[in-house]
Amino acid sequence: MSQYLLAVIEPSTGTPPSPDALAAIMRDVDAVDADMRRDGVWVFAGGLHGPDSATTLRPGAGEVLVVDGPFAEGKEHLGGFTIVDVPDLDAALEWGRRLSAATTLPVEVRPFR
Amino acid sequence: MTDPVAEVFGREYGRSVAVLVRVFGDIDIAEEAVQDAFAEAVRRWPATGVPPSPAGWIITTARNRAVDRLRREATREDRHARAALLHARDEPAEESPVTDDRLRLIFTCCHPALNPAARVALTLRLLGGLTTAEIAHAFLVPEPTMAQRLVRAKAKIRDARIPYRVPGEAELPDRLRSVLAVVYLVFNEGYAASSGDVPVREDLCAEAVRLARLLAGLLPDEPEVAGLLALLLLTHARRAARVDAEGGLVLLGDQDRTRWDGALLAEGRELVRRCLRRGAPGPYQIQAAIGAVHSDPPPTDWGQVRVLYDHLLEFTPTPVVRLNRAVAVAELEGPAAGLALVDGLDLPGYAVFHAVRADLLHRVGRHAESARAYRRAIALSGTAAERELLARKLSAVPGSAPPPPPG
Repeated sequence: MSQYLLAVIEPSTGTPPSPDALAAIMRDVDAVDADMRRDGVWVFAGGLHGPDSATTLRPGAGEVLVVDGPFAEGKEHLGGFTIVDVPDLDAALEWGRRLSAATTLPVEVRPFR
Repeated sequence: MTDPVAEVFGREYGRSVAVLVRVFGDIDIAEEAVQDAFAEAVRRWPATGVPPSPAGWIITTARNRAVDRLRREATREDRHARAALLHARDEPAEESPVTDDRLRLIFTCCHPALNPAARVALTLRLLGGLTTAEIAHAFLVPEPTMAQRLVRAKAKIRDARIPYRVPGEAELPDRLRSVLAVVYLVFNEGYAASSGDVPVREDLCAEAVRLARLLAGLLPDEPEVAGLLALLLLTHARRAARVDAEGGLVLLGDQDRTRWDGALLAEGRELVRRCLRRGAPGPYQIQAAIGAVHSDPPPTDWGQVRVLYDHLLEFTPTPVVRLNRAVAVAELEGPAAGLALVDGLDLPGYAVFHAVRADLLHRVGRHAESARAYRRAIALSGTAAERELLARKLSAVPGSAPPPPPG
């Protein structure tokens, strides 16, 4: 078995979904999450606060600098992620596809070393 | 007499690599092992003669040499070598009677998680046995670029663990589409530029036909696979007549039919007949059927061609298909009717669009516009032979002669 990161990519600008739409999305995401646990592939999952809440640490001369904000400002950012443990990429892509449909957002799938 | 090792290489390279990829679970190890084995064959076969089962000899030799090499490396704490050895311990080197390893390999090479250019390169390299230099040359990219493309694709297969298997029934239609698209692209790449670097590029067409034949043999119940093979055969059969003695392109209607390859045509037409009987049409089968109509003795049954394009539009409703349909309409109802359809299409960057439009404008007597459209087509055209053909057609448009040079 191999672990994969399913990273959910959120847009940084634009209007967020309405409370009703968001509730429906959360229901769908919870259903995928429950199926992952049921199938024994779920390792860890979580949603993140926005990039405004980020603090970045950068190695400098002799000390590590603390900087307010994300390491790079972008049109998109990492909104949350799930780690699954599955046999191969096809299985990871299938879970990623379900997560993308549930979140209505792009999902990037990357293997752990 | 041809070199027996080269002959076995052409026939068995893909099969050997495919078996060894399964045995070691690693593409680089498999490629290196098979190349080692062929190098050994070059040294040995002239003295011993070709063994009774050349593919078996290559596969066994490749496996043994790779195991020896991996054992040496595994003692130096190479985790990768140890993993490959463990893998090999549990995998028989005999071919599975159920699933051909080449089929697994082609689905891996054409996996949708790889970019399309990499799918094509990997397929040609691993199944076709083409060298990186040959593939680079055929696709007109620098060799280091192609080498890097192959390295990256193989690394992704390894790191992301793209599986080595034939997809299950649920995924098969989607995954097969990707495989067929790769084979079709290989063919078109060779076909579109048959005037450029002739030898390698014609090899691409032959390689695509070979891959399509392989797939048709391995997946006999997939009508679109038969359709693709038929389409390639019917197109490939006309290759000798497509270029004249001066290297210029000859349009289908003007081709010397005695130079068509009768055996390939017959095979393609028989496949089309079998597809029709099966009654499960798809875009490749319909295009093959159109090819079959065009290979009938003249006059061309344009009514049938139009019906087939209507049918094709249900699967692929693209402007390019509409353009082809408009050509059939022009033959049936006259150039003005065809032109009305062509003028409704949005294909400004497509040379063929301007060439078809130029021809129809010429035929309805709008000569100045025809000449302009031909010049546009020439400017957009990718190959010298196409430009030469268009220039000939342009010169036949009254009043199209270029202005005399000043002074």
